[in-house]
Amino acid sequence: MTETTRSVEIHVPVLARVEGEGALDLVIENGNITRLRLRIFEPPRFFEKFLEGHHYSEIPDLVARICGICPVAYQVTAAQALEQLYGVELTPWARALRRALYCGEWLQSHSLHVHLLAAPDYFGCNSAIELAQIAPDVVRRGLRLQALGNELMDLIGTRSVHPVGVRVGGFHAAPPVARVRELRVRLLTALSEAEALVRWAAAIPLPPDEQAFVSVAMRHAHDYAIEAGDIAASDGLQIGADAYDAHFAERHEPHSTALYSSYRGQPYLVGPLARLNLNHDRLPSQLCSLLVETGFALPSRNVFHSLVARAVEIWLALDEAARLLADYTLPDAPWVPVEPRAGVATGCTEAPRGLLWHRYQMDADGRVVNARIVPPTSQNQARIEADLQQSLLAFGLDRPDEALRLHCEKVIRNYDPCISCATHFLRLNVERT
Amino acid sequence: MDGENKPRVAVHKFSSCDGCQLALLNLGEDLLTLAARVELVHFAEAGPTNPDAWVDVAFVEGSMSTPEDIERIRRIREQSRVLIAIGACAVSGGIQGLRNQADGAAWIAQLYEHPGAIASLAQSTPVSAHVKVDFELYGCPVDSAQMLAAVNALLLGAVPRASTDKVCTECKRQGHPCVMVSRGIACLGPVTRSGCGALCPSLGRDCYGCYGPAENANTDALTAQFARLGLDATAIRQRFQGINSQAPVFLAAAQRTGAGHD
Repeated sequence: MTETTRSVEIHVPVLARVEGEGALDLVIENGNITRLRLRIFEPPRFFEKFLEGHHYSEIPDLVARICGICPVAYQVTAAQALEQLYGVELTPWARALRRALYCGEWLQSHSLHVHLLAAPDYFGCNSAIELAQIAPDVVRRGLRLQALGNELMDLIGTRSVHPVGVRVGGFHAAPPVARVRELRVRLLTALSEAEALVRWAAAIPLPPDEQAFVSVAMRHAHDYAIEAGDIAASDGLQIGADAYDAHFAERHEPHSTALYSSYRGQPYLVGPLARLNLNHDRLPSQLCSLLVETGFALPSRNVFHSLVARAVEIWLALDEAARLLADYTLPDAPWVPVEPRAGVATGCTEAPRGLLWHRYQMDADGRVVNARIVPPTSQNQARIEADLQQSLLAFGLDRPDEALRLHCEKVIRNYDPCISCATHFLRLNVERT
Repeated sequence: MDGENKPRVAVHKFSSCDGCQLALLNLGEDLLTLAARVELVHFAEAGPTNPDAWVDVAFVEGSMSTPEDIERIRRIREQSRVLIAIGACAVSGGIQGLRNQADGAAWIAQLYEHPGAIASLAQSTPVSAHVKVDFELYGCPVDSAQMLAAVNALLLGAVPRASTDKVCTECKRQGHPCVMVSRGIACLGPVTRSGCGALCPSLGRDCYGCYGPAENANTDALTAQFARLGLDATAIRQRFQGINSQAPVFLAAAQRTGAGHD
């Protein structure tokens, strides 16, 4: 009996360092993968249903609770969809502040993922706390960047987890000038830390794992798309948020509480690497030069580059927030009045983990008739399975079970699945016959 | 304090948004200080996974919403000296408790193609509905200072103290103009537990009850005030049916409005 024909079962109760809980079933027969299923069993929380009947003004506070790590993505997507339906034009002040708030969330979420969740894998550590024993400066730098992201969210949103400042039409109140100026200085100072982070991330030896996939991300006429732009795909598609349904489909598989998304019947990638693949021409020249120096070439077909992509977007978020907050002054009014009307509100933004799409049917009194929310993790779920399939073959199925499990976890962490939003994580069951 | 005597701490997640765990993960460099003072035995999101090991303090985030959850929380209780429920989900069933008044089976059938594959209890319930809870930290989310104060108190052998003030009191102390009196905004501050720092009224907006009901909350008086401000029964019910919808005081207030569900 050879290594690949023995019958083995591995059971890992909880996958560490992902946001939620899930399991992976892997069946290997005669050296081939015959079954590979990523099961997500975060209990359903029914957000779309209990939004029904609620007033538009409550939606930003309610949808924030879908995810404690990316509440701003949910709030801003909802607010913008409704603003578009209601014909509300935000003031340039509010638009700049929304984008700066979103930069805070990218900075916080990406720093958390890179240092606390992903990096320990590459240094033989089980946690950032272990990693801090061999690379204290790296971990401390990461935690400082994460803290700065939280401070930016706190400044603009008045609380970093579930901010209370966003309202349909703008913000409830304007942050004080002195605090904005003080934080902006620290954002600029942190750019050198972010540069060192990009160099460090780009130098981590990553598995060579070229795969063919379609990248989907938003694209903006001149900015690096965060909160505004069309939906674009690497095969040339470019559509508005309202056409999402015509090109993307969701289906439910019985083994998971997250829905699976597909584009033209195929899995696709959303998230930082998909964004960079489609929008590397929108990066500031200073960042482009840094990428050339580090040898990080875009577009990339290696999803392990997601870790570097997050580091790049950390630099970008700092730079962009500092640019947006330059010359900050108090506005005449932080919000514009809103007049509800009946109709369908659709909108999308780039959450830290990728494209986030909302659709609300609203009645004339401004109440939700029905709601649909497509989070990034469910869009990536089919791609994660396809990736695991290919990546495991490239890695070698005859490796020991423990090595297979670690490799699977690394692959899955590339996608930073936020399983709370969709949906928990990794029991690996390997059966070999 | 040497490694042998460090208090053993676990952080468990149930149905939630992960936001209360962030009270620890967002500590910045203080997270490393905390990790030096306690032994993090189980904290899946931060790395250590040992869910069934004995601990001195178990923090539990999230509400109980599947049959498996009930078994898991009982095992955690058996393996913990002190069990602390953190956040609105663990303390009062959370925002997902809004399904408790609805037809859950119908909702599953509307959202999923394979309803039979979804294991979900009809009710989303707090930890205290199933096991003894030693201390409850309110908030959506709980905040880091509040979490650290609880850990520090427990390390010193003291019982952590919960705030009993109302948001209203905190707001007055900070000198904010009352949004309800001055602008007719339907604010939950008079009946909500303090702890957030009166954030919402400081922005000129309504408190929406993140920290749950305060002690001796006079919800009847507030309901009457909301009606005077022009809110109908449905709107008043929705005010009490938010983040802490299943907290008994808020649930009763919502039911007394007589408004049906949408």
